[in-house]
Amino acid sequence: MAKRIDVSDLNVYYGSFKAVEGVTMTVEPRSVTAFIGPSGCGKSTFLRTLNRMHEVIPGGRVEGKVMLDDQDLYGSGVDPVAVRRTVGMVFQRPNPFPTMSIYDNVAAGLKLNGIKGKKKLDEVVEKSLHGANLWNEVKDRLNKPGAGLSGGQQQRLCIARAIAVEPQVLLMDEPCSALDPISTLAIEDLISELKSKYTIVIVTHNMQQAARVSDQTAFFNLAATGKPGKLIEIADTQKIFSNPSVKATEDYISGRFG
Amino acid sequence: MSTVTGVSVADTPGPDDRGPQGDRASTGRAGDRVFSGLATGSGALVIALVTLVGVFLLWQAIPAIADDKDNFFLSRAWDVNDTSNLRFGIVELLWTTVVASTIAMLIAVPVGVCVALFITQYSPRWLARPAASLVDLLAAVPSIIYGFWGIKTFGPKYQPFQDFLLDKLGWFPLFSKTSVSGTGTILFIGIVLAIMILPIVTALSREVFAQTPVAHKEGALALGATKWEMIRTAVLPFGRPGVISAAMLALGRALGETIAVTIIVSALAPGTKWSWSLLNGGETFASRIANNAQEFDSPAKTGAFIAAGLVLFVLTFVVNAIARIVIERRKAFTE
Repeated sequence: MAKRIDVSDLNVYYGSFKAVEGVTMTVEPRSVTAFIGPSGCGKSTFLRTLNRMHEVIPGGRVEGKVMLDDQDLYGSGVDPVAVRRTVGMVFQRPNPFPTMSIYDNVAAGLKLNGIKGKKKLDEVVEKSLHGANLWNEVKDRLNKPGAGLSGGQQQRLCIARAIAVEPQVLLMDEPCSALDPISTLAIEDLISELKSKYTIVIVTHNMQQAARVSDQTAFFNLAATGKPGKLIEIADTQKIFSNPSVKATEDYISGRFG
Repeated sequence: MSTVTGVSVADTPGPDDRGPQGDRASTGRAGDRVFSGLATGSGALVIALVTLVGVFLLWQAIPAIADDKDNFFLSRAWDVNDTSNLRFGIVELLWTTVVASTIAMLIAVPVGVCVALFITQYSPRWLARPAASLVDLLAAVPSIIYGFWGIKTFGPKYQPFQDFLLDKLGWFPLFSKTSVSGTGTILFIGIVLAIMILPIVTALSREVFAQTPVAHKEGALALGATKWEMIRTAVLPFGRPGVISAAMLALGRALGETIAVTIIVSALAPGTKWSWSLLNGGETFASRIANNAQEFDSPAKTGAFIAAGLVLFVLTFVVNAIARIVIERRKAFTE
């Protein structure tokens, strides 16, 4: 069920401001792709175009093409709601619904899809929580509020919520930046497991994390504040971290700038 | 009498409620001492005021209730002119007050919530601000104006609707024919009250809906929620306690509203046959008291009216308590 993402010559705008310019890349199914780059370089903005979440912000629009296998995400007549049901997303700060129990958080997406029936829901909730390595920690308190969990558990709850609807692709926007090292490790292990089923794209500020979890890495940069961000280089993670072909990439990963 | 609040700031601890607390944070400097004195004094003043009002009502009402020859809770009579033979009861006042306020709530809460959702979630930006100000302005209209407008402008427009109800649904006890034929009915009062409390519901709901964290809204959208589903999953649950307290504040105003009710509603002649109809006239606690304000000439007589006021006071307290229980029960899920 994992799908390939093909982006060609994508520009992203907020109103008249061009935030990202001319991105072309391919993301293979069942792989992890990491986006790295300095703050403000447009990597999160670009990530949000992959499930049309950037349109939530007034004035957000794109030019260019994003293909999910052979479906054009921005084709006419494509419903952004349907896109978001196939391309799941995990955010920087864990955002479980505070008024819902752990169980209801995981089941939220299913209910939106019109799936009812307690047996089916029970089954998917358990499977998703197992999938997010959270089942053993919460199985005795499924009816307690999701907001009562620790930060790392909340983030895994959000991952469980995202994978419960069986998306084709999972986007993660700095999923560990608000977590402690142990929780971070738990999420990274989870990413390695999830990649056997999903296409994963992760934005991270942590270069070691990119090196640890990803198969390919994309480096974004911007010429100056107010200029659009650009994709500088995308290659196998191994190559980016050992022998990048662009000087700016090497400077960034070796900590000489940014 | 409309000092009804459901939740207050004190119920919602800030992001860090382990912060400085009590006297351990106090430095003992002059500014600290002055401010803590002022704050404590203001708090004590409010408690003292509420207690004094309650004590006053009880003190004045109890002798009158004791002298009452009829059952205070069940009697429909209101005969207080002969102070040696007081006969009065509140059942009719209670019925009119509660029913009119219920009608007002049934209309104003859903409509107010929808208006608040429109302003915060649907309307384009250039419209949201003026629309919000307009609603706030509606809240500032004095109730005497609502009374005039209701009786002079809205009443004639509403009359055909009431005639239609009588004609088509007259067989149903709630809409049966009564001695009142004009617009001085409980139903009409309920509708006018709904318009009066609509801005309160809207303004407070708007505040809480606007504060829904973007993270929750995006969380719902990223799961493939449509706009309405996003509102149902993220905005409404987040705003729930706020909406409840808005509704309670509005209910407080509806229960205690005096002047608009007094000039619109048709008081019933003593001895009128009891009717369940919403198209009947009647008097609320507040309008009965206001209508007879010039008659407070003897303590016994006044006591009867104060007893009615006491029931209204208790009623708003009960409503407030119920709202608090509803909010408390879900508290674990809102922090």
